[in-house]
Amino acid sequence: MQNPASEPSRRGSMMTDPKVRAWVFQILAIGAVLGIGWYLFHNTQANLAQRGITSGFAFLNNPAGFGILQSLIDYTEGDTYGRVFVVGLLNTLLVSVLGIFIATIVGFVVGVARLSPNWLISRLAALYIEIFRNIPPLLQIFFWYFAVLRAMPPPRDSHALGETVFLNIRGLYLPSPTPAEGFWAFIVALVIAIAGCVALARWARVRHENTGRYFPVLWASLGILVVVPALFALVAGSPFHWSVPELTGFNFRGGWVVIPELVAITLALSIYTAAFIAEIVRAGIQAVSHGQTEAARSLGLRPGHILRLVIIPQALRVIIPPLTSQYLNLVKNSSLAAAIGYPDLVSVFAGTVLNQTGQAIETIAITMSVYLAISLSISLLMNWYNKRIALVER
Amino acid sequence: MTENALKHTLGDKMMIELSGVNKWYGEFHVLKDINLSVRQGERIVLCGPSGSGKSTTIRCINRLEEHQQGRIVVDGVELTSDLKHIEAIRREVGMVFQHFNLFPHLTVLQNCTLAPMWVRNMPKKEADEVAMHYLNRVRIPEQANKYPGQLSGGQQQRVAIARALCMKPKIMLFDEPTSALDPEMVKEVLDTMIQLAESGMTMLCVTHEMGFARTVADRVIFMDKGEIIEQAPPEAFFSNPQNERTKTFLGQILNH
Amino acid sequence: MSTHVFKPDLPPPTLSVGVVGWLRANLFSNWFNTLLTALALYLIWVTVPPLIQWAFLDATWSGSTRSDCAPGGACWVFIQNRFAQFMYGFYPQGLRWRVDLTVILAVAGAAPLFVKAMPRKLVYGLAYLLVYPWLAFWLLHGGPGLEVVPTSQWGGLMLTLVIAVVGIAGAMPLGVLLALGRRSDMPAIRVICVTFIEFWRGVPLITVLFMSSVMLPLFLPEQITIDKLLRALIAVILFEAAYIAEVVRGGLQAIPKGQYEAAGALGLGYWRMMGLVILPQALKLVIPGIVNTFIALFKDTSLVIIIGLFDLFNSIHQATVDPAWLGFAIEGYVFAALVYWIFCFGMSRYSMRLERRLHTGHKR
Ligand SMILES: Nc1ncnc2c1ncn2[C@@H]1O[C@H](COP(=O)(O)OP(=O)(O)OP(=O)(O)O)[C@@H](O)[C@H]1O
Ligand SMILES: [Mg+2]
Repeated sequence: MQNPASEPSRRGSMMTDPKVRAWVFQILAIGAVLGIGWYLFHNTQANLAQRGITSGFAFLNNPAGFGILQSLIDYTEGDTYGRVFVVGLLNTLLVSVLGIFIATIVGFVVGVARLSPNWLISRLAALYIEIFRNIPPLLQIFFWYFAVLRAMPPPRDSHALGETVFLNIRGLYLPSPTPAEGFWAFIVALVIAIAGCVALARWARVRHENTGRYFPVLWASLGILVVVPALFALVAGSPFHWSVPELTGFNFRGGWVVIPELVAITLALSIYTAAFIAEIVRAGIQAVSHGQTEAARSLGLRPGHILRLVIIPQALRVIIPPLTSQYLNLVKNSSLAAAIGYPDLVSVFAGTVLNQTGQAIETIAITMSVYLAISLSISLLMNWYNKRIALVER
Repeated sequence: MTENALKHTLGDKMMIELSGVNKWYGEFHVLKDINLSVRQGERIVLCGPSGSGKSTTIRCINRLEEHQQGRIVVDGVELTSDLKHIEAIRREVGMVFQHFNLFPHLTVLQNCTLAPMWVRNMPKKEADEVAMHYLNRVRIPEQANKYPGQLSGGQQQRVAIARALCMKPKIMLFDEPTSALDPEMVKEVLDTMIQLAESGMTMLCVTHEMGFARTVADRVIFMDKGEIIEQAPPEAFFSNPQNERTKTFLGQILNH
Repeated sequence: MSTHVFKPDLPPPTLSVGVVGWLRANLFSNWFNTLLTALALYLIWVTVPPLIQWAFLDATWSGSTRSDCAPGGACWVFIQNRFAQFMYGFYPQGLRWRVDLTVILAVAGAAPLFVKAMPRKLVYGLAYLLVYPWLAFWLLHGGPGLEVVPTSQWGGLMLTLVIAVVGIAGAMPLGVLLALGRRSDMPAIRVICVTFIEFWRGVPLITVLFMSSVMLPLFLPEQITIDKLLRALIAVILFEAAYIAEVVRGGLQAIPKGQYEAAGALGLGYWRMMGLVILPQALKLVIPGIVNTFIALFKDTSLVIIIGLFDLFNSIHQATVDPAWLGFAIEGYVFAALVYWIFCFGMSRYSMRLERRLHTGHKR
């Protein structure tokens, strides 16, 4: 770019010079944005003053005075609005992590099934995709919550799975572990086993490079992960006491209870997002041309190796960018939890706290910033990833 | 016979034998009663109009396609649905494709060492040496650490040839290796193939490069509508075709 | 010289064709495949027959109250009973013809645009876009000559369609401008547009709806009060514009540089170059993307339940909690799902067809 000032001025009016015009245009645009901003700010000031609301974030230190259905950290009614924010954020993250985990597994399975040579399996996968991605996620959440989970029997008549897992109108009851005498030994064993697997993988790679001999790391690692902790448990005693939920009176005691709101939203978002992930996985695998498989086959590579060394690395490059945007969608969709009263960030903070304090601007700004921060950091990560991939290709 | 500079004595061993091979795509009868034997060190050029089944024939030889009737024996091993046999044969048969089919996520060197390391269980150092040896032979050792996307078509095809050679195959199959290339790159690939022929490799090439057929081939085979119509040494094939259909085809291809 | 006698085509061996061949190739090619087939058949067996039993065989199709419904089967009476409300919300019964007429006019008016041989499509299309919205507003809302129906009485599928269609139509021009701005050479314009787009794309729609319902009144001077529906529409338009902008940007990027240079060489100014040369091509390329955005928006309209509008979904949800019809939530949601599904699936098929047509067009 040249410095516009150094250029000799042309004949004709100022406005026909594209550079001058660009400057004028930009100044006007910035002016308009500032003007609108000032206008909104001014109105807001006036409105707030008239309603007697003092703006600012001081309210975060005031006691909340309401209970929350589910909290991952200690929380009582006496805690502050600031703590409510943390509770809501953690609940949002909980749904997101659970949803992403399940949706990824289901999505990959369905996506691969969609490409199965088995006609029936491939049709079933297509059916799954077409049904679930065309129904609004909110409707799916309501279906699981109101039509299924709220229609569950009372605790006395719970659906039971092997007398350890129970499902009733109050939620899903799972056995919960508490540390027992063998707990620390178990942790040590786990650390040893994981370290062993890492060492094994490294050893196998070096050996493969040096001698060409192949070692089935995956199976061996699975073996180590099972056998070592089991041996430690035999010697040092059971690592956990399992607290099994038990019906006492009208309700269950012990175990973990997963509230129906959480079950509904996790189930619905996982199923919904999995349909999209399945399509992404299918497209990613199909994007690896058939010629790649044929070339690998003609070199004598075995099917397992073709998948691992040729198809998956190429398919992942196509899959990962849209996959992350699905993850982002899931995080944003977790805000639908508010509609069924699951205490996520939107529900407790932009909902309850806003109603109690009237600090609309602050609560909504904080809530939106959280989502923006998540979105922006993921898209920065993606840009970095795409640049790296592009460098490698070209 | 004497004018062919590359003429040589053929081994007695049969490397490829197709007898009574029939193949269908659904209801469509693509290969009809194909009989073909190739001796060790023999160089065969397959030609014929589009859709005549040339690709299908050579793809049956390393089981990229499955035949439904007849026998295919490669280096003494019969192709059945037994995976062991298929893998054994694929190890001995290298193939070069029209569209190169290099692995875009791996460097040229990694493309060449992948199969030796994972199929032949060769140590990395040795595989690297082998790869560099063949990259030298196809005259692009300096490109070893680039990615396929950074090379020209001719270079990519030469890498593909080197990649196949790294498995030290006994037979090489070529499916129109030059027809996706710009004219100025055809020669570099053909030169590589001629050089390979000089080393005594058993080769089966689908190609319309008649100059190549003249200098290199021991036998030219003409296919049409899924059948072998004529086969003869190149001199006889080009100067004195026995068959009406062959003559028309040669007429079309030689003076286009 | 001899003439080759071609061998006759033979039929393939029976094991590789026909029903047997198909079954072998597609369902029983090896033991793993056979196992999968068995699994799939089992899945079908445990789900489909009970579903048919519930939805059709044991279902009740006619009646007027919940007591007419047989236990065990679906009670479609519930849907029939509330059907009109699901379609029109609380729109006065005697005036519902106005809604019907709006839809009929929309379909009849747009139909010629899908006729291939239609001359002057562009002129007609623009005229339609200029006239129809006013006509539709007049019919739905009322005004000179028609009784006014306040938006608080709008509801059901009609409201869903209004939000979706107005949302996308309002977002289009804004989205196109934003896309142009994002690709502009002027840094200030680019920064403004990128900020705007990334902001809306980074937050969930639900927070935007919250914002429009609680913050918008704060933003405006005290004397102005805006209708709840209008607030939702503003939120939806701003939100969707960001998504449209990204879709259109994709189209602008796909136009080869040569087109810009050629237009520049003709001496066309920026707006004429964009309006006459680039945008028509780019927009054609992104129609499938816009349809997909519309599908997403159509599903997202269900979120207005949060701010208390009675769209299709909320109407149905409210009916399921009506004491007179308690216990038929499944029927209600299944019906809602079916309606959304038909719209979304139909549109996604349409967008796929367009995409295929565009692709072949490019290859030629
Ligand atoms: N996977 C397939 N399914 C069905 N038909 C096929 C398939 N592959 C090839 N064919 C058909 O089989 C016939 C022979 O194909 P083949 O590729 O062997 O011909 P070719 O001689 O190599 O022709 P070309 O010179 O065009 O490469 C063609 O008519 C082709 O349309
Ligand atoms: Mg071919």
